[in-house]
Formats: sequence, C-alpha cells, structure tokens
Amino acid sequence: MEKKETILHSVGRSLGGASLPHFKGTAEFETVIMPPPKSVAIPLQQHIGVPCEPTVKVGDKVYVGTKIGDSEKFICAPVHSSVSGTVTKIADVIPANGRPVKMVFIESDGLMEPDPQIAPITVETEEDLVKAARECGLVGLGGAGFPTHVKLTKRPDVELDTLIINGAECEPYITADYRECMENTEDILNGIYLVKRILGLKKVIIGVEDNKPKALKKLAEIASEKYDAEDEVKVMRLKSRYPQGAEKVLIYSTTKRKLPLGKLPSDVGCIVMNITSISALSKYIRTGMPLVTKRITVDGDAIKNPCNVLVPIGTSAEEILEFCGGFTEEPDKIVLGGPMMGNAIVSTDVVIAKPNNAILCFKEKKPLTSTACIKCGRCINACPMNLTPAAVEAKVSRKKLDADFFSKMNVSYCMECGCCSFVCPARRELVQAMRIAKNEMRRTSK
Amino acid sequence: MNKKLIVSSSPHIRNDVSTRDIMLDVIIALAPATVYGVILFGLSAALLIVSCVLAAVLSEFLWCLIMKKPHTIGDLSAVVTGLILALNLPPRLPVWMGIIGSAIAIIVVKEMFGGLGQNFANPAITARIILLVSFPAAMTTFYPPFSDVVSSATPLAAEPATYTLRELFLGTHAGSIGETSALMLLIGFAYLLVRRIISPVIPLCFIGTAALFTLCLGGNPLTCILSGGLLLGAIFMATDYVTTPKTPWGMAVFGVGCGILTVIIREFASLPEGVSYSILIMNILTPHINRLPSFKPFGWEDNKNA
Repeated sequence: MEKKETILHSVGRSLGGASLPHFKGTAEFETVIMPPPKSVAIPLQQHIGVPCEPTVKVGDKVYVGTKIGDSEKFICAPVHSSVSGTVTKIADVIPANGRPVKMVFIESDGLMEPDPQIAPITVETEEDLVKAARECGLVGLGGAGFPTHVKLTKRPDVELDTLIINGAECEPYITADYRECMENTEDILNGIYLVKRILGLKKVIIGVEDNKPKALKKLAEIASEKYDAEDEVKVMRLKSRYPQGAEKVLIYSTTKRKLPLGKLPSDVGCIVMNITSISALSKYIRTGMPLVTKRITVDGDAIKNPCNVLVPIGTSAEEILEFCGGFTEEPDKIVLGGPMMGNAIVSTDVVIAKPNNAILCFKEKKPLTSTACIKCGRCINACPMNLTPAAVEAKVSRKKLDADFFSKMNVSYCMECGCCSFVCPARRELVQAMRIAKNEMRRTSK
Repeated sequence: MNKKLIVSSSPHIRNDVSTRDIMLDVIIALAPATVYGVILFGLSAALLIVSCVLAAVLSEFLWCLIMKKPHTIGDLSAVVTGLILALNLPPRLPVWMGIIGSAIAIIVVKEMFGGLGQNFANPAITARIILLVSFPAAMTTFYPPFSDVVSSATPLAAEPATYTLRELFLGTHAGSIGETSALMLLIGFAYLLVRRIISPVIPLCFIGTAALFTLCLGGNPLTCILSGGLLLGAIFMATDYVTTPKTPWGMAVFGVGCGILTVIIREFASLPEGVSYSILIMNILTPHINRLPSFKPFGWEDNKNA
C-alpha cells in the first residue's frame, strides 16, 4: 500500500505580515478541567449578529446545556447554561469592549448535572447540519464569533467547493487550538468528513502553521487512516508568519483566492472554520451537549502556573486566574485574547465568552514612548492588506480627521492585525490611528 | 487587585528594533569606509570626522535646548548625518568648514523643517552642496593617500585611464574621505541588506542606470561605478528613509532618476561630480513620485469586477 500521509505546502505567497516570537510555552501542557465555579454570568450575545432574548427567568432551575437565550432572527447563536443551578439575576452589564450586553447570572449547585433532554443528534441532510450548528450555539471560536450555522447555509448564488480548517493559531502565547488538535483529533476529522459529505464539498484543507509539527503530523496521520479514494482531506503546512490565521490571509495561502472587501468566504467558494469550532460541532453531534465550555490559555510573565484550562462559559477571569495559582507578582496589564489583537481589560471580573481563547498577564517593563516617524516604510511592508498606516497615522496624530483621505487610503481594508504597530521602530500607535480613521469614516457616512 | 491595570491599544507586544538600533546599524555599515578613510588620509581626516559628528550632535542638542523640546540626540540620527557629511568632504578641508556644514545640516535642513522625519532633503547632501558653493576651492582640493605634498585630481576630473580599476576598487586614490574605496562601501551595503535596514531597489536602480547610460554614451561603465561618490551616494544617501519613496515602484523611479541625472551632470555639465545634485533633485521630486499610482489593497481587483 502506498503511503498516503501527505502534508501540502501553502500555495499563496506570504502577504506582508511580521515574524513574531512564538512564546508557545504552554503547548505541551495538557488541558486541565476547571472545577465548577460558584457562579457564572453568561452574556446573551457572544457572537456577531442579533443578541439573544433570555428564555429563562430569575429563580428557574437550569442544567448544564439548558438553553437560556435564543432569538427568532437568523444571524444569532443561542446560548446555554454552563453549570447546573439557579438563575439569580438577568441584567445589563458593560463588558471589556464597552458595549452593554444582557447577562444571565446563574448560581451553581456544584453538581454539574447535564440537562436530561440532551441526547446524541443524527445529521443526514443540509437542514439537519444547519440546525445542529445553530442548536449547539456554535460560533467562530478563533475570535470572530460569527455564527457557524450561517456559514454552513448554502446560498443559491454561489457554489461552495472548499472547506478550510483554520488551525494556524498565529497569535503568540495561545495554544488552545493546538491542544484541540492533539487531544481531540478524531472529533476534528469526524466533523470535517461530516460537513464535507453533507455539503458535497470537493476539497478540505486543514491549515496549520509550521511551528506546530506534532499537530501537522498527527492530523495527517489520522486523515490518511480515514482516507478513501474519492476523499480529499489535506493538511497544509503554513509559514509561521503572523497573521497567517486571518481569514483573508488563510484563504489566500491555502487556495490563492483573494477575498474582496466586504465579501464573505462563501463568495469565493470557501467555508472557513476554526479547528476548535469543527471539533465542537462534532462533539455536539456525538453527545448532544451544546457549546458550554471553552479552552483558555493562561500565560504571561506574571502568571505563576501557565496552563491550558477548560472553563465553563461565563466564568470570571478572576476565578480562572485563581484556579491557575495566581500571579508571581501583580500584573500591570491583563489581556483577553492574544497579544496582537486582544483587549487590555480594566478588571478581572470580565467573564469568558465563546470566542475568547486566552488570558495573558504581563508585567509591563516601562510604558512605550513614541518617537518621530522616520518614514522607514516598515509598516507598509508589514501590512497584509497593502495599506500605508504611517500616512493615516500622520493625519490622525495631527488631529486632521479627513474621511475622504482615509477612504483614499483604503482604511476600511484594515483588520487591525497589529503588524504595523509591532514593526514600527518609532513605537507609534498605528493600529489605534487606523481605528480612529475607520470610526471617522463611519461617523461621516451616516 | 489593588493596582490599576494598564489599558492600551493592541498590539501588546512590540518588535525590539528601535530608531536608535537602525541608526546604529547605519553607523556600523559606515565603519569600514570611515576607518579605511582615516588609514588612507591620516590624522586630518580623523579630526574632520570627529568634529563633524560632534558638531552635528551638539547642534541638535542646542536646538532642542533653545526650542525647549525634549532632546533627541539619543536616537543617533545626528551622528549618522555628521558622519555621512564628513565622509563626503575632502580630507584636508579646514575643520571649521566641516563644523559649519554639520550645523547647517542639522539646524537649517533638518530641525527647521520639524526635526527627524520631517525634512524634505537629505541633510548631509544639502550641507555638502552648500559648502561646495560657499568654499569651491577648499571643497575641490584633494590629496592622494599617504602623502601630504601633491594635490591631485579625483578620478572624475583626471584624464581617463589615470587610475586602474584595481586602484579605484581599493580606493588608493584621491577623493573624499569615505568615497574612494568601493570595497569598503560594498561591505557596508552587504551589512545593511543582511540586517534588512534598506531595500536594494534604490542602490541597484541608481548604479545600474548610471552604468548603462555611461555605456550608451561610450564610456566605461565600471569606471563610472567605481569613481566619485556614486557608491557612497547610492548606498548611504539615496536610501535615506525620510527623503525617498517607500513603494517598490517609487524606489525604482527614484533610483533610475538619480542614475540618469548623475551621468548627465558628469558628462555634460561643468561640474566633475553629479551624485549629490542628482540625489537632492530626486529628494525634491519624492512627494511627486509618492503621488504616482502606488500599490492597491489586497483583493481590490475583485471588488472592481463585483
């Protein structure tokens, strides 16, 4: 028998970007399961789209997996209770991003009793698949939080042919997706084969950065075991160059297709799913338990025991940090998400939502001081979208907000990946300037 | 948690290359030519280099003091300006002229336009040109290496074939302190490329165009490349970040423009050397080059079709 285990090389040349230090110190740390927290606060919007309405009221008894929020609207993912216990409060809270969101507060009884209605699902048709993805409450787990069932819904105007599984995990520190590859490889591949069969896709590409050789090997091995003549599930070794896992960059690296501004991957025939998302879908079909936990990488130079920890959604960062042994020394900055695109949070009472994948605590050596732009052009070379951040920053820092100029500079292409600020030798806040410019364009277009 | 957490814009990690590191790399790249210049032309060259550098740093320090700005000498850009200016001067130039040149470079050309990153022309080149028109005799009196008796013409002003290619390559002939040895300048070029401080586009377009154009005019392209300030200018001055275009096409236009202007000045004007003027002219044209259609954002062509 010929050896079928193959790992492809990426087809698209790399688009700008930056070589980052990896800091993947937690890569070989097996996931630890966090004991049930005393209480959770579950946001009713953890996705891009319409917020959910609560389907429970104060005083209701809920189980793990009981649906607590849903909506009639299509672009919306329901949320489920992550503990068993009693609903104590439903209230608006202002989270890290500043936009108020309704949350359901549940006091845990510590038993983690699963909902009695939970049972394995059978998926035979496209409708079944879309329904399963929706009922699972699945959203893009890599960070964007786009409802998965919307991606899986076939559109009459485009033909889908490729499923791209995003296992790039290009942000430094984070190893949550890598652990998924290593620990739940079967679930990942079962999910892939299911989606591929039901949607009739021709090609599947699992993209993983080359700094994770073990994950590449394991995925390729199990894919080749399940290989049959017509199937084409390929593992692709991607260059470890940030932002390899950004949707547009990944589609280009794996298929050479260019995703235009404001279009969805389906417009170029692709479905892009995070590797943890496809695994969660497959787990839901296997067990019937919707998405109620998330693996979080806890790391940074102020953390005593860096680790990967599986936490119930709605657990506060404070409890997770406590579970991980706390700090070596009080951190100066806590980041929710990766160091390139994550948000610095004001306090540790923020709760973990579905798209979160890391809590990083840093000791800040000294505050950054910006110096004059020397027009070295590094930000231009680093931008994966071919923009000129320095020109935009020059206007913004002089408080000359000019929406026409910003639109000429194509700032709406910016995905805030952070490459420009990262490479800037003058330490200028280029990403922040791009955000201000985008805001100005939004304000004036109203 | 009693301490207040820092909230700042992403990204939360930065590259460790700073402006100072870049300037330091340029200084390292200039070191071979500088040391070799001192070996060739002796103590007077060393004295001139040191005074130009000190004068540049001091000018910037005093300017910041008078203007009540935080001083910026720590970024080493004034050191680079002073050093490049000194390497462009004849070895026996009176030291006070060099000091005036440095002060002009820093105060008039750089700080008066807003300091680092704001000047439209290369400070060292502009200062050199100002010295050249102010003190034409002193600025064109060259001495051959290892000697202090005979004044000698630079290869460009001399009769053809006075110097062999080997002499030109090794730099054992009369000229400015840092321009004579092609070998030392190429070592610096290689260092800058390896450290990714500069893109090779401008130097290659500059040198290539000059050589090709000289060939078309019936000259010897190798002599053209190795003589005068062409290599020093193409490698260290035409690649100044602030005053040159940033896009690959812009860089190519800049380099080709410099090459053509240099040969035109060398062959048809009354001046023996045209590198400084050509770079200055292209510096002035840079904002217009930047306005040429540059590259488009990723995926734009598909937007057009849609």
